[in-house]
Amino acid sequence: MKNIAEIRADFPILSRKVYGKPLVYFDNGATTQKPQCVLDAVDEVYESYNGNIHRGVHFLSDMSSEAYEKAREKVRSFINADKREEIVFTSGTTGSINGIAFSFGERYIKPGDEIILSHLEHHANIVPWQMMCERKGAVLRVIPINDKGEIILDEYYKLLSSKTKLVSVTQASNALGTILPVKEIIAAAHSVNVPVLIDGAQGIQHGIVDVKAMDTDFYVFSGHKIYGPAGIGVLYGKEKWFSELPPFQGGGDMVDKVTFEKTTYNELPFKFEAGTMNYPAAIGLARALDYVLSIGRENIASREKELLSYATGRLSAIKGLKIYGTSDRKISTISFHIKDIHQYDTGMILDKIGIAVRTGTHCAQPVMDRYGIDGTVRASLCFYNTKEEIDTLADGIEKVKSMFA
Amino acid sequence: MTINEVQNNIIDEFSLFDDWMDKYNLLIDLGKELPVIDPKYKIKDFLIEGCQSKVWLHPVYDDKLITFTADSDAIITRGIVALLIKVLSNRSPEEIISTDLYFIDKIGLRQNLSPTRSNGLLSMVRQMKLYAMAYNAKNK
Repeated sequence: MKNIAEIRADFPILSRKVYGKPLVYFDNGATTQKPQCVLDAVDEVYESYNGNIHRGVHFLSDMSSEAYEKAREKVRSFINADKREEIVFTSGTTGSINGIAFSFGERYIKPGDEIILSHLEHHANIVPWQMMCERKGAVLRVIPINDKGEIILDEYYKLLSSKTKLVSVTQASNALGTILPVKEIIAAAHSVNVPVLIDGAQGIQHGIVDVKAMDTDFYVFSGHKIYGPAGIGVLYGKEKWFSELPPFQGGGDMVDKVTFEKTTYNELPFKFEAGTMNYPAAIGLARALDYVLSIGRENIASREKELLSYATGRLSAIKGLKIYGTSDRKISTISFHIKDIHQYDTGMILDKIGIAVRTGTHCAQPVMDRYGIDGTVRASLCFYNTKEEIDTLADGIEKVKSMFA
Repeated sequence: MTINEVQNNIIDEFSLFDDWMDKYNLLIDLGKELPVIDPKYKIKDFLIEGCQSKVWLHPVYDDKLITFTADSDAIITRGIVALLIKVLSNRSPEEIISTDLYFIDKIGLRQNLSPTRSNGLLSMVRQMKLYAMAYNAKNK
């Protein structure tokens, strides 16, 4: 494995300064930085073979199309899906969930049906289902969490019923870092013939994701959270669902034959890819996945585990600091609050020290409501972060405390 | 003092510090000096909702001048509120409406605490001007 200096050198932005101080980037849960190879991959598209995919007969269009389809194949093997037909590109996790919520609702949902979510969901895995429920007269049911920020499996089992049509839960909480027991969730749902969608936005970048081993029906994630470009995401679905589901967008490329009377749709996966897709970003994402594989997913996971444990130790030693989300199974995300200091004040001062954290509700207001707080400070770490940066954060928090005392 | 004299004083005070950390300390001190709002006005009717911190703003009009009291749950935001109150409180509606708040740019508040930082700076200014316009309209 590359050493940490070599890894950091792969990411040009990590060596920049903000307000004259070295950047400490702890907002990886919001978006990750990009290695040079990803930037190059996107540049190469525009510099040397840009042409719209799946349309032209000309050289450039062919080259772009081929690179785009190779990117699809890369995603397929990365998550160990069976077929390329099961990999659909979208604009991101939000786009993927909105798409499935629409199509699934149109195809299967009747008044009184139920969709199960968890209390840990990001708004992106709540609002699309709410919109669908309103349209179809269906109902959302929510798996509660305990004080450590873990879902209560027994309560989930009680929620599963003949009314349940789908379970949609996150692989890991963006606000608290909790890793959910997705295998148990999926097994229980399947035992009553209910399909499951796993929101992998905070999962895929932290370890090995194998959709076949997981046996999930749908898996979604964003490219920009796994070192790829913004504006590209993935929607994985088992072929049997994808063949039955109607498209969620109409337009060019997704059609087989169009007349003003009727349109027949293109084969999978193109049925779900209307209009010009963000092919340069898809190609960049494939390069990012290659980069992750070159570092090694086990290596990333073990390094992040070490960083999480060090950061948890350093931060819990600070008087007045409370960590929200204390499960034994967490991604390298720490949500915290300092006694009597507003998270916004903390974030503003840390920013001026060069530390990028997120403050507020992290698009997960129900989680904040569960704890009766109006926000936290969130440090989300990844494998290119260092213990020295964690020390800088700990010192920064002491500085914040002294300023607002 | 005229509104612009107050603005110039603020600009002078902030120009003493080069480092934004010192400017923050000044904002924090200003926040602490902010006259306390009557708790009965810390309700939804007087809440200006920014994304990250809450601001309550209450106007009193005595047919001549508008007096503002305010509060925020975040101290830096309270410092910004204190600056706006220094400039715009105890002024006539016409003055408040017509004032160009140039001190915001001059002390670097806009770059450092822009609306995208969700502190509601611009919402506060807008709300103060809206109150002034409402009282002004009532006068006519």
